[in-house]
Amino acid sequence: MDMGSILLNSSLQWVLFSTTILGIAAGTIGCLAYWKKQSLLSDSLAHAALPGVVIAYLMLGEKNLIIMIIGAGISALLGAYFIHFIQSSTRIKEDTAMGMILSVFFGFGIMLLTIVNRTAGGNQSGLDSFIFGQAAAMVQSDVVTMFCLTSVVILIVFIGFKEWKLYLFDPNFAKGLGLSLKWMNGIYMTIFVTTIVVGIQAVGVILIAALIIIPSVSARYWTHSFKTMILLSAIMGGISGALGTFISALGSSWPTGPFIVLFAAALFIISLLFGKEHGLLIQYIQRKRHKRLVGFHANNIRLKTKEVE
Amino acid sequence: MTYTGWIIMTASLVGLSCGIIGVFLILRKMAMMADAISHTVLLGIVTAYLVTKELSGIHMLVGAIIAGLLTAFMVQWLHTLGVQEHASLGIVFTTLFAIGVILIATSVGNAHLDVKHALMGEITFIPWERMALPVIGEVPKATALLALIVMFVTFCIVAFYKEWKITTFDPALAASLGIPVVFMHYLFMCLVSVTTVASFDAVGAIMVVAMLITPAASAYLWTDRLSIMLLLSGSFGVIAAIAGYYIAAFMDTSISGSMAFATGLVFLFSFLFSPKHGLFASRGKLLKGNLKF
Repeated sequence: MDMGSILLNSSLQWVLFSTTILGIAAGTIGCLAYWKKQSLLSDSLAHAALPGVVIAYLMLGEKNLIIMIIGAGISALLGAYFIHFIQSSTRIKEDTAMGMILSVFFGFGIMLLTIVNRTAGGNQSGLDSFIFGQAAAMVQSDVVTMFCLTSVVILIVFIGFKEWKLYLFDPNFAKGLGLSLKWMNGIYMTIFVTTIVVGIQAVGVILIAALIIIPSVSARYWTHSFKTMILLSAIMGGISGALGTFISALGSSWPTGPFIVLFAAALFIISLLFGKEHGLLIQYIQRKRHKRLVGFHANNIRLKTKEVE
Repeated sequence: MTYTGWIIMTASLVGLSCGIIGVFLILRKMAMMADAISHTVLLGIVTAYLVTKELSGIHMLVGAIIAGLLTAFMVQWLHTLGVQEHASLGIVFTTLFAIGVILIATSVGNAHLDVKHALMGEITFIPWERMALPVIGEVPKATALLALIVMFVTFCIVAFYKEWKITTFDPALAASLGIPVVFMHYLFMCLVSVTTVASFDAVGAIMVVAMLITPAASAYLWTDRLSIMLLLSGSFGVIAAIAGYYIAAFMDTSISGSMAFATGLVFLFSFLFSPKHGLFASRGKLLKGNLKF
């Protein structure tokens, strides 16, 4: 297959479209999560969503994306609540609680999944698609569902941009202005979980966290403005989604999720090296210039002391 | 020993080694590092396989140690460059894991390596691959490896018990006493990687996190003494492993999944009934407090 015929393939176009918009949504939400210092929570909640997916499937008896997303969402929110509850009511720290919920929920999910697979006649394909994502297997109705949900997420972030900024950077001031932090928290958690569970279908339980974490950190290397950061992060997420999907379509049964992550990581490395703010190259040049200045002054002082002598 | 006997034995060894290591993981506030290392170890195994073209214990161990150290080092490096700690963890492990999966999907492919197997573990295969040992006789390979790891981990912990204790609770003091804190940190990362890779066959990458963190967190609710916490956590690990096996046998489902689930049950029990930090105990204290005033 040459590249042209791949691009013209209409089912691939749908998939490309959906992973791109997923990347944009994940990049956007990622910035909020970054400033809430909750990057890794996305990993935890993605794993915690698994039992919900399986239970939804068990109750329905067939694959229906919307119901499974609702199930995943409930399960992930339950996980988030447990994490919060454990760390607030015992002396156990947040990341221990996250690790526990992640692995125990996932283990429970695998238990259920094994039972489902056994009763459904040993069909293992469902398992793989939720762990590594199966963007290529998405049908048009899945894409429409994904598109609607991610659009809502992106819209909520952009419409309430000013409120989000206050909520993240000066919650006390936000409270003073009459903004309900409880509501903001609730909305934030809802769109965060929505992005995660929508992403599971495309890139899988393990790697959706990458799509949320990496673009936001990369964007941080180019700007100090929150608005620009969100835009850049969204763009980088979208580009990684598109390129990763495209490359994985070149090979036979190449996994989509890992390639998307690889492109996100490549963009991160570029940002880390050449980023305008605190990039390694800039830092190196600044240090060198600083050293030269120091050297110059030291020389001057030496000359002056000689003159004095 | 019977087939079931070997499985339970293997599972208990996983529970024991993970339980012991887990105590230091959560006391050093590195629980999510366990999650990260358990994923990146996959890349280590794949690379070891690509280099040596065989899947033997020692190559896998070396690969895993290198991958684990690389993870710890890269996370630390990104953190010193100003990336938030959690974010740098997330970047490093997802990227290395993605590379591992891509390597398997593109080049190793049909070989012995299987991502699903590595992630979920397949303890039922373990008793089939045996090796002959002097004195003891025929032993499954994975079980022998695990036993070796348990001995090694226990030796490392016991031999440097005081050093581990000080570096864990007061790194500044440890440094001023001349204990090589950084070296201990990376040695610990080695221990985590080795334990993880030895448990891989039995429980897989994700459920090993449950075995590492949950028994230790449960033990943390029962005691304030490190030595007792180590004993409790090890026992919780073994209990969860055995209970998990029987739950799985009863429901005819994934053994590794139900072992992870069983650790959750152990934690739930501790969370509710621990005399000091349990939910009922603290509620009771609150109630008493309310009555007094």
